[in-house]
Amino acid sequence: MDATILGFLLLDGLQNGVIYGLLAIAMVLVFAVTRVILVPIGELLMFAPLSLVWLLEGKVPGTLWLALALGLVWAGLARGRGAWGPLLGALGLSALFFLALFLKPLAYVAAVLLVVYLGVATYRVFFQPLREATVLSLLIMAVGLHVAYQGLGLVFFGPEQFRPEPLLKGEVVVGLSWQGVLVLLFALLSVLALYGFFRFSLYGKALLAAAESRLGARLTGISPEEAGMVAFGIASLLAGLSGLLLAPLINAAYFMGFMLGLKGFVAAILGGLASYPVAFLGALLVGFFESFTSFFASAYKEALVFLLLVPALFYQSLRARAVEE
Amino acid sequence: MRHLWFLLLVLPFLLLPFPFYLTLLNFFALSALVALSLYVLTGLAGMTSFAQAAFMGMGAYATALLTAKAGLSPWLGLLVGLLLSLLLALVLGGLTVRLKGHFLPLSTIAWQVALYILAGNLVNLTGGHTGITDLPALHLFGLPLDTGFRYALFSLFLLVLCLLALDNLRASRLGRALLALRGDALAAASFGVEPARLRLQAFLLAGAMAGLAGFLYAHFLRFVNPTPFSLEASIKYLVMAVAGGVGTIPGVVLGAAFFTGLEDWLKDLLPLLLGREGNYEVIAYGLLLALILLLAPKGLWPLLAARLPRREGRLLEAEPLPLTPPQGARGEVVLRVENLKKAFGGLLAVNGVSFALRRGEILALIGPNGAGKSTTFNLITGALAPDGGQVFLFGREVTGLPPYRIHRLGLGRTFQHPHLFPELSVLENAALGTHARTRSGFLPVLLGLHRKEEARALATAHRALKRVGLESLAWERAERLSVGQQRLLEIARLLASGAEVLLLDEPGAGLRAGEKRELAHLLRALAQEGYTLLLVDHDMDLVMGLADRVVVMNYGEKIAEGTPAEVQKNPLVRAAYLGEEVA
Repeated sequence: MDATILGFLLLDGLQNGVIYGLLAIAMVLVFAVTRVILVPIGELLMFAPLSLVWLLEGKVPGTLWLALALGLVWAGLARGRGAWGPLLGALGLSALFFLALFLKPLAYVAAVLLVVYLGVATYRVFFQPLREATVLSLLIMAVGLHVAYQGLGLVFFGPEQFRPEPLLKGEVVVGLSWQGVLVLLFALLSVLALYGFFRFSLYGKALLAAAESRLGARLTGISPEEAGMVAFGIASLLAGLSGLLLAPLINAAYFMGFMLGLKGFVAAILGGLASYPVAFLGALLVGFFESFTSFFASAYKEALVFLLLVPALFYQSLRARAVEE
Repeated sequence: MRHLWFLLLVLPFLLLPFPFYLTLLNFFALSALVALSLYVLTGLAGMTSFAQAAFMGMGAYATALLTAKAGLSPWLGLLVGLLLSLLLALVLGGLTVRLKGHFLPLSTIAWQVALYILAGNLVNLTGGHTGITDLPALHLFGLPLDTGFRYALFSLFLLVLCLLALDNLRASRLGRALLALRGDALAAASFGVEPARLRLQAFLLAGAMAGLAGFLYAHFLRFVNPTPFSLEASIKYLVMAVAGGVGTIPGVVLGAAFFTGLEDWLKDLLPLLLGREGNYEVIAYGLLLALILLLAPKGLWPLLAARLPRREGRLLEAEPLPLTPPQGARGEVVLRVENLKKAFGGLLAVNGVSFALRRGEILALIGPNGAGKSTTFNLITGALAPDGGQVFLFGREVTGLPPYRIHRLGLGRTFQHPHLFPELSVLENAALGTHARTRSGFLPVLLGLHRKEEARALATAHRALKRVGLESLAWERAERLSVGQQRLLEIARLLASGAEVLLLDEPGAGLRAGEKRELAHLLRALAQEGYTLLLVDHDMDLVMGLADRVVVMNYGEKIAEGTPAEVQKNPLVRAAYLGEEVA
């Protein structure tokens, strides 16, 4: 291995690692606020570029119908005045999709907003009614939604792989495309924006407070339901944008999301499902590890990533007390 | 009643003319085995695994490699397959059972995916996605199990054995301990249950059951490839168990039967509906799982069972476990606390507290709210680890030991807010107390060799219930008790444990005046018999009328110690309680 290959591997690892990092941050956030381990985040990610491909070809993607169906259930659950939000959202989304069929640039916005709407609706329909359930039930629900959404992805988009046009064409140097630079910039901006949001805005602080103590948050007037919707919204936004930016580099297909999400998890677990910075650094580690294993043992790279879990779990086991209250 | 499961063996005879249904019957038996492994994990132990199909794969590939490739006996394949499944469970469980509940399932997802990829890519070993063909048929007493009928008899017979074994497990000290652990790990550990160890054992058992199912699968189809051991398959088994009712054995079997039929039907229907070939039934699984969790979180069986007549339990005649007579002279120091310290962040909750507890006395620990009484309690019982100081029980240092070790030395406790198990019967709640006094391990329990001991444990629990006056409610579910009765049940559980040093955290809270008098009477009688009691309470009438000596705490420190009359006169105590100036 010479310096050039090393450079390639590092760049490749960094590019994937930052996306795992964003997914990991999203998962830690959602877990902290709602105790849901967001397994279907990979599917939310996958819906964005595939919906985009469909829109650019002048077709209405099936994901819109899914979003509208969930939106209707959401409105039904909310009843009364609360039902206006999801209904107006569904209306706006439909209008946006209609316009995007003619105005191509709108398709990007439409794809991202679709994913955000879908994410929030998923919380409201499937997770919010279970708010008193155990983490285990929530996890089983999340895994159920993962297989359902992935299966629906197959129904909507078929088994083929697509490569959407990159937003920026060409390469900066050999091995680093402008699209890759865009991914890195996006990750950097997202991390800064999240940091600013949680550090400086009152709303962000309130959200963290809700994550810390649900009862305490409710006593100070923060509704856990709203906090949950915002957390799912942020997570879906990160997932949708990541999907759009990553798809031109790695191909989009109905099965693309799960592995990305799973590596996000490995990173989130490295951070004990609690620490944002450790989760992000863990994600970079996952990215590098994967890129080097793909060089040395490419057939097994997807399997070897999970080896990283062993030392992380072992370390946390040593720190755990024998009896948790 | 439980032997009705043997009726399952009639099914192959009924379906004899329909080879297709015999195949389905085999799949049902295999699925039910895997789903039952989730009964152990999720229903009893409150964990879950998304890797049960990978455990199946271990069993299947082990026998495939040994028989089809190396030409060895399938029974050796079974042995190796079970050992490999156990090994996998040991590694996975060993890494995660000590962590919070969600780490285990999350890591099982990761390992499931990793093993599936390996099965597809280690082409030289596993044949990749084409798999391994031409496995030999199983032979039983020289008879080849090469027809659907014979195989169904064999697999259903094994299923029934497993059902009976799990029934034994549920009605045993281990089943009780697992359920307790799921509900409240601290309460379970306070009665001698070792959480990490028990969870690991449950995980091993579940792994072995799935491994057995994999072995049966391989020799039924006589062909293995990675597809049936994927994450989707694992989820399918979880859906079966959850849909039927993962907390009950019949529910899990019902779920397996229902979904085996449904799967077959969906496989025909969905491609027609969608006009394409594909693995679409997973959508239905996912959505059904979501619907069940939302609408009937306990699954379908409890809805059915509510319509069945409820059977009153009955107690087998058995000699209760012996009462442990106090081991030594009255007045001897049994528990000594020296200079105990605990800080939470900047708050010194307990700061240098020392006292001694003597055999046969009632010592009350009192003090205003926030004085550190409950923290002291938790430091003594091992629920919290102290930052400094020492605790000696019967002269042995127990500082910082986990609750289950301290309990086994003869110390038991009740909780400020009753830590009971609402879905278990009153009798079973009390019987948890006997956990540390009984011995049966997993193997004897599964084989049903624990019954004598179990009858004695229940008799002990019943005697303890009688002592506190709850024996008429023995078969009620604990959730139906009033607060006062719950406190009495906690005391009964403590008595069943045979502990000699009893720590009672606010035993009088929430009791009516009459109940308090009865409680005082009971506690005094216990002290007379040689039990040693340490109690925390706010109720001055109760404490002052009951205690032989009183230790008063304020702001984490001991401010007074003596007889009730002495401390009542103590100016520091009066200041702490009434805000009087210290003269």
